Amino acid sequence: MSARLSKGGRLLDRSRAVEFTFNDLRFRGFAGDTLASALLASGQTLLGRSFKYHRPRGVIASGAEEPNALVGLGRGARFEPNQRATTTELFDGLEAESQNHWPSLEFDIGVVNNKLARFLPAGFYYKTFMAPRAAWKHLFEPVIRRSAGLGRAPSSRDADSYEHFHLHVEVLIAGGGIAGLQAALVAGRTGARVLLVEQTAHWGGRAPVDGAVIDGQPADDWISNAVQALEKMENVTLRTRCMLSGVYDHGFALAYERVADHAPGDARPRHRLWKIRARRIITATGALERPLAFAGNDVPGVMLASALRDYLVNWAVSPGDRTVVVTNNDSAYLSAIALKEAGLEVPVILDARAEATGPLAERARELGIRVLAGRGIAAVRGGKRVRAVETCLQAGEGAVLETIACEAVAMSGGWSPVVHLWSHCGGKLDWDEAQAHFRPDPARPPLDHNGEGFVIAVGNADGAMTTGAALESAVAGARAALKAVGKAAGRVAVAKAAAEPAQPMQPVWLMPEGASDARRMKMWLDFQNDVKVSDVQLAAREGYESVEHTKRYTTIGMATDQGKLSNINGLAVLARELNNDIPKVGTTTFRPPYTPISMGSIAGEARGELFQPVRKTPMHGWHEAHGATWEPVGQWRRPYAYPRTGESVSDAVSREVRNAREAVGLLDASTLGKILVKGPDAGRFVDMLYTNMMSTLPVGRCRYGLMCDENGFLMDDGVVARLDEDSWLCHTTTGGAERIHGWMEDWLQCEWWDWKVYTANLTEQFAQVAVVGPKARKLLETLTDMDLSAEALPFMHWADGEIAGVRARVFRISFSGELSYEIAVPGGQGLAFWEALVKAGDAFGAMPYGTEALHVLRAEKGFIMIGDETDGTVIPQDLGLGWAISKKKDDFLGKRAQQRADMVRPDRWRLVGLETLDGGVLPDGAYAVGEGRNDHGQRRTIGRVTSSYRSPTLGRGIALGLVERGPERMGEVLEFPMIDGRRRAMQACIVDPVFYDKDGEKQNV
Amino acid sequence: MLILTCPCCGIEADETELEPGGEAHLKRQGPGAADADFEAYLFQRSNPMGVHLERWRHAHGCGKWFLAARNTVTLEVYGTYPAQTKKPPQDIVRAIKKRVPGWEWQG
Repeated sequence: MSARLSKGGRLLDRSRAVEFTFNDLRFRGFAGDTLASALLASGQTLLGRSFKYHRPRGVIASGAEEPNALVGLGRGARFEPNQRATTTELFDGLEAESQNHWPSLEFDIGVVNNKLARFLPAGFYYKTFMAPRAAWKHLFEPVIRRSAGLGRAPSSRDADSYEHFHLHVEVLIAGGGIAGLQAALVAGRTGARVLLVEQTAHWGGRAPVDGAVIDGQPADDWISNAVQALEKMENVTLRTRCMLSGVYDHGFALAYERVADHAPGDARPRHRLWKIRARRIITATGALERPLAFAGNDVPGVMLASALRDYLVNWAVSPGDRTVVVTNNDSAYLSAIALKEAGLEVPVILDARAEATGPLAERARELGIRVLAGRGIAAVRGGKRVRAVETCLQAGEGAVLETIACEAVAMSGGWSPVVHLWSHCGGKLDWDEAQAHFRPDPARPPLDHNGEGFVIAVGNADGAMTTGAALESAVAGARAALKAVGKAAGRVAVAKAAAEPAQPMQPVWLMPEGASDARRMKMWLDFQNDVKVSDVQLAAREGYESVEHTKRYTTIGMATDQGKLSNINGLAVLARELNNDIPKVGTTTFRPPYTPISMGSIAGEARGELFQPVRKTPMHGWHEAHGATWEPVGQWRRPYAYPRTGESVSDAVSREVRNAREAVGLLDASTLGKILVKGPDAGRFVDMLYTNMMSTLPVGRCRYGLMCDENGFLMDDGVVARLDEDSWLCHTTTGGAERIHGWMEDWLQCEWWDWKVYTANLTEQFAQVAVVGPKARKLLETLTDMDLSAEALPFMHWADGEIAGVRARVFRISFSGELSYEIAVPGGQGLAFWEALVKAGDAFGAMPYGTEALHVLRAEKGFIMIGDETDGTVIPQDLGLGWAISKKKDDFLGKRAQQRADMVRPDRWRLVGLETLDGGVLPDGAYAVGEGRNDHGQRRTIGRVTSSYRSPTLGRGIALGLVERGPERMGEVLEFPMIDGRRRAMQACIVDPVFYDKDGEKQNV
Repeated sequence: MLILTCPCCGIEADETELEPGGEAHLKRQGPGAADADFEAYLFQRSNPMGVHLERWRHAHGCGKWFLAARNTVTLEVYGTYPAQTKKPPQDIVRAIKKRVPGWEWQG
C-alpha cells in the first residue's frame, strides 16, 4: 500500500488539511497536494479502468504526461470529464469520480474484454463488424460505445467564465524549470519584453527533486532567488499554471492559463487563453521519462522512476514498503537512493545494461542496495496492484530467475526531450544515438516571415541532460533570441552546476530482448488507448510501414495524452519489426495543443449575447418595445413578425400580409445594402457588375439588376438608382452588402485599376422604410408636400424631398406587388421618421410587418429571393430572368460562363410555381421524383421546392420550385414524397410562378 | 497565423486582419475565350508546395488588396507588393531566387 510518510514533502503545507471525495468516499490531503498525490498518500492506487480491456490502472506519472489517472471532476454545471489527477491541484471540497467502469471501480463487468484480449487485436474494428450493415448500427456500435471510452460528457451549461488575453512580446519562454528561469534572467536583464510561462503551480521543474546543486546552493534556493530577481523586472511577465499549448506560424503562440481550477467559483475566469505574438520563442520544456516494455508494466504500482521520486520528495508519498527499480540508465538510481534515504526498502535494482559501474550505481551499492546488471523484468505479478516481480536476463527469452516480492516498481527507459513546441510549426528533429532520443535539429528550425528560425530549444528540451549543460544551453539560447530582437546580452554570469558524471544509457525497447508472444501481449506501449507491443508487431506483419499509418491502425498515441509516453517506444518497436533504423521510420507529427485545453477557453467571452456582434437598425428598440419576434439575417436582427397579445406568430404573419394588401404596411428595410458607385467610369463599371445595362439608366430612374459571379451563378440582386451623371446607388441584399462591396473593390483594385471609380458602403448611413399598400400614397401625402402621384413619381422612379420634416429620398419600387414607396432618411432620424409614419398611419390602418410577411408577399408575386431560389448553382436564366440579361453588352461578369455547355443544357431545373392539389403547404426543400432510378438505385429527382408558404391572400399553400424543363411542363402534376414516413406523397401542379395580380396592376397605380 | 506587411498602409498585419484571395496574376478570360482557357481561368490553380504568389486583402485595415510572395512549406515571406502589378516585380523575384535558386515565375 502506498502511504504518507511522517516527514518531508517539499510542496506540502501540513498545517492545512484539505478534504475531498473520490467516488463519494471522503479523503483527506494537505494543501500543496495534487489529487494524485493525495490519493496515493491515502493508499488509493487503483484509479481507473483502461479504455479497451478495462484493466485496473493506477498513476504512472506525476505530470501532464499521465495516461491513466483520468477522473471526472466537479458536479453539475462544473462537471468536467477526463481530467488528469496528476495535474489537478487539491482544494477543499474537490469531488472526483473514476471513469470507464460498471458497476464500480473495484468490480467492473467490462474487464471481460481483458480475457478476450487475444480476440481484440489492432484493427479489430476494421476486421470485424463488416456485415450485416444493420448489425453495426443496432448491435455492435451501442455495445462498443458503452464499453470503450473515457468519461461521460457534461450535460449542464458551463457555470464558469473564460477569457482571452492578447500580448506581444520579444521573447516568450515556455517552461519555468532552471533552464527557463536562466533564459529569462539573461533576457530580462536587457530590458526585452519577456513572458515566462510554467504549466505547473511551481517554479523550478525537476532540479530540486533530483538534488541539483547550482552555484553551490541547493536548487530550491537558486530557484527562489531567480524568481525574486525576475519579479522585480517590469519588462518580465511571469505566469505559473500557464501552459504554452501551441506554436503557430510566424511566432504566434497560444498559452492556456488555469487561473482558478484550484479555486472554483471564486469569481475569477476559470481559464484564460493567451494569444501571443512573439519574436522569438524559447522552449525550456524539459524531458519526459519513458516507460519500459515488460509484461505487466501497466499493473497499478508500476510507475516511472522519476514520478515515484516526485511523489516521494514533493509530497512525502511512499509507494509501498518495497520498490523494485528497473532501468537502462543512471537516473532511476536517484529514485532508489531517495527511497533508501527515506527509510524504505529497495530489494533490487535491475539494470538492463551489461554492467552497472556509474557513480550512482556505486552509491546505491554503498547504501546496501542489491544491484543486478544485465537483468530485466520477465513479468509483474498482481492484478489490482503489484505483488511481486519475476526477474530474468535482459538478453534472454524471459526464463524466471527469481521472484521478488514488492509493492511498487520504478521503471526508467531513458528520457525523451519535450520537442512538441519545437515541432508544431515545422521544426525538424535529429536522432541522438548516444541518448537514444530525438532532439531538435538547430539547422532546421521553424521559420518566421523573414525566413529565420524563431524557436530555440534549451535545456533538457534540447537534449542537454545535465544541470550544467542545461544552464549553459539556456544562456546560449537566450543570447540567440536577444540578438534576433536587437538586444545585446552583454556579459552574463552563467550559473554553474557540479559535474554529474554518468554511465551511458543503453536503449531497451523490449524486456527481455527475446520475450515470447504471450509476454508481448502484456507489454503496454500506449496505456490510455490499450496498445501493446504485440499490436504494433501485428501491424508491421500486416504490411504497415509508415509510422503515421501504424499510429492510426493501432491507435497508438491517439489518446488524450497524445502518446507522450508511448510514441518513441512504439516507433522503436515498429522500426525493429521492419528491420529499419528509428530515424528512418521517423516520428508522427506533433500537433497542438500540448495537452488538452478546455473548449471554454477557446470560446472565451464569445458565448450567449456576446457570441457575435448584433447589428441593430435605428428602429430596433421600437420593434423590441412592440413585441417583435426576431429573425437573424447576417449579423442583423430583423423583426420576423409583430404578434399581438394572444395572437400566434403565424396568425400575425397572415394579418400583416392581408393588411399590406388591403390597407398599408410599414417595413423596416434599413438593413438592405446601399453602395454608392461614383466616378467618370462608374457607368462602365456597373455595366460589368450587372447582367443588364445600367449605364443607360436615366437620372431619376430605378432598375432591378442581377449580379453574377465569374461562374455565371446568380449571387445578388437589387434595385439600382441613377443619382446623377456619374453616380449609381446599388441596393444589395441584407446579407450581401459587405460581400458585394468587397467584390466591387476586388475588381476595381485588382483588374480595372485604371478605371476612375469610387465605391462607398452607405448601408448604415441611411434608415429605410417601405410604405406598402393601396393606402401608401394617401398616408405619405399627410406628411409631405412632395408630389407622389403616379404622374409625378411613376413606378421605378425616385425623387428627393422632405417627409415628416426629415430629408428623404423616395424610391417607387415594390417587392410586394403593391403600390409601394421605399424611403431612405439619414440614419440618425430613422426612429423619428418611423414613429411619424406609425402615428400618421393610424388613420389608414397602417401596421408594421416583418420579414415573414415580406417573404409571403414576394412569393405570391413570384419574386425570387437570393438564398431561397438561388444556392450558388443557379443562373438567372433558370429563374426566368433572361429579360434582365443584356444581349447588347460585349462583356459582364459571368457572361462567358453562361455560354458553357452545362449552362445552356435544355434540361436544366427552372423556376415554376407549384400548387398542391389538396391546397396544403409543401415542405420547404421537398424533392419531386420522376421516372427511373439514379446511379445509387434511388428514385430520380426532377425538382425541388425552394420557397413554400401558406398564402393568406389566396387561402392555400403556394410554392416556388426548380423543376427539370419546368416552364415546358405547365399543368403537369408532380409527386413529392414526404420524408417523415407517415404521410403519403404530396402532389402539386406546375403553374406560373406569379400567383397574384399577374399583370402587376396593383403596383402601377 | 501569418504576418504580412500591407504595402499600401505599411502595417505589419496579423492574419486575422486579412482576407485571402487565392492565386495572384490570374489573367481574366471573358467572352470569346476558348473553353480550355476559360476553364483554366476558373478552376486551374498552381497550388504549389513552395513559392506561391497570392492575393490578400487588408480587410480589417486599410481595405486594400495586395499581393504576397511566400513559401507554403517554410512559411517564409519574400515580400509583398501592390495588387496593380501584372507580374512579380524584380526585387521580389530577386528575394525569391536568393532563397530558392532556380525558381522561375510560371505566369
